[in-house]
Amino acid sequence: MPAAPEIFVFSMACAILVIDLFLSDSRRVVSYALAQLTLIGAAVLTLNGFATTGSSAFEGMFIADPLADTLKLAIYGLAFFAFVYSRGYLRDRGMYRGEYFVLGLFGVVGMMVMVSAGHFLTLYLGLELLSLSLYAMVAFQRDSAQATEAAMKYFVLGAIASGMLLYGLSMLYGATGSLEIAAVRQAIAGLSSDDIILIFGLVFVIGGLAFKLGAAPFHMWVPDVYHGAPTAVTLYISSAPKVAAFALVMRLLIGGLEELSASWQPMLMIMAVLSMGIGNVLAIAQDNIKRMLAYSSISHMGFFLLGILSATPNGYGSAMFYVLVYAVMSLGAFGMVVLLSRAGFEAEKLEDFRGLNQRHPWLAFLMLLLMFSMAGVPPTAGFYAKLLVIQSIVRVDLVWLAVVAVLFAVIGAYYYLRVVKFMYFDDVRETAIVPDGARDMRVFLSVNALALLAVLPWVGTIVDLCSRAIQAIS
Amino acid sequence: MIPLEYYLILGAILFALAVVGIFLNRKNLVVLLMAIELLLLAVNLNFVAFSHYLGDTAGQVFVFFILTVAAAESAIGLAILVVLFRSRQTINVEDLSSLKG
Repeated sequence: MPAAPEIFVFSMACAILVIDLFLSDSRRVVSYALAQLTLIGAAVLTLNGFATTGSSAFEGMFIADPLADTLKLAIYGLAFFAFVYSRGYLRDRGMYRGEYFVLGLFGVVGMMVMVSAGHFLTLYLGLELLSLSLYAMVAFQRDSAQATEAAMKYFVLGAIASGMLLYGLSMLYGATGSLEIAAVRQAIAGLSSDDIILIFGLVFVIGGLAFKLGAAPFHMWVPDVYHGAPTAVTLYISSAPKVAAFALVMRLLIGGLEELSASWQPMLMIMAVLSMGIGNVLAIAQDNIKRMLAYSSISHMGFFLLGILSATPNGYGSAMFYVLVYAVMSLGAFGMVVLLSRAGFEAEKLEDFRGLNQRHPWLAFLMLLLMFSMAGVPPTAGFYAKLLVIQSIVRVDLVWLAVVAVLFAVIGAYYYLRVVKFMYFDDVRETAIVPDGARDMRVFLSVNALALLAVLPWVGTIVDLCSRAIQAIS
Repeated sequence: MIPLEYYLILGAILFALAVVGIFLNRKNLVVLLMAIELLLLAVNLNFVAFSHYLGDTAGQVFVFFILTVAAAESAIGLAILVVLFRSRQTINVEDLSSLKG
């Protein structure tokens, strides 16, 4: 049955919302367990009905293809880890309520709809379901002035992004006379490529996408939201939604507007260079690790755009690999911030990592792995991700862009290695960190960080999987 | 019959007014929420005009969905506004500056 996982997750989210009402605070773990079971159940349903070829349902509104199913499995996994990491954090800070998990699941449904969208309407509804859940999650810590300010900024800029995207979609609708992505693609093939309404629409669509991705010059919200939101929410925002944003780009830009690649390629090029530059340079100036990771996320989005702008199936495959690896790294890095914090003390400052190796060598080693992978040091998965996107632009003869990318990667290595230096070569300070995370969280975080190294023998298989998923749509 | 261009120009003016309203407004968050509504209404006008001139009702159906989502969006926006007011006793845009760097 098409869309069975979506229907399942949505019904379960509604059920958990009601069940949670009847639970006392001491039995709150039931909501958590149900949310995790929902994700496992959805994974089983998706694996059972795994699509080998592309097919559509609901009058072309919903697409089931290998790309959609692969990304959905990644989204379940990332959300599962995010829930594990956030449980202890929420409990210690009096935010352990069922709403967090319900909103998280609604966000997952939104991402699933986006990933499978074959029509502008499903694309928009999925995106809004995700965004509205995220706004509410950021504002979850009601008594914190910082979190509510971040929520307001996120809300306003997110609404502008949706408005821009919609304005672009309305222009595309006017130019092509259809809202269905496949039909839009056919109609564009028949139009001249300098049709003014079409290009006008394309510019607004790209602006909206850049906002949602958090790529420069539409990146202003990223540092404030990552910094202000409770860390448990930041780690959710920075992982699974990035994968969904990749799907949004694939469906809209590649699935619908690939004929216009000569027009969007230069725009993405400017965005990629600006993102890598602004992200990496401003990250150096940060003393707050959440802000630093936010700027690092902007620069990673720049690298990810390199794969897309090569406009070849090979490039799309490497962009997909990049975004999956980035989501895992980011989840791990924010997970570490959560693990090192306790109620009343957020390990947000870079200084808080001083001498971590003397107290907790294992945690310091995991953080070292995460930082090396983000910087792109071999033999971690982050290195292969960077290598593949740079390879894909070299293949289309954009050597200057590859040189720029490598230069910015070198600049970026500085602030990742600074964290390593703090952990290994500096002495412990008075306000030393005493991690009190639950044991399940430590185990999952270890798996998460070690995966970046352990995945090494299978990098080829994963890249293969990515390119096979891409083949279905291009 | 009024030509399509007139509707598109009106839509573009409304869109531009909304964007200017969001970026120039430094006093009141409620005005900001109103500007966001105007942004979505400009898009709706575009959709309806195109839908009418193309003779295709799908665009008008899309508008219904946008209207519904806009309602949900302003509900969340106002909820965040209330929470913000409780913690800061102000809805001045300029005071939203504790996150910097």
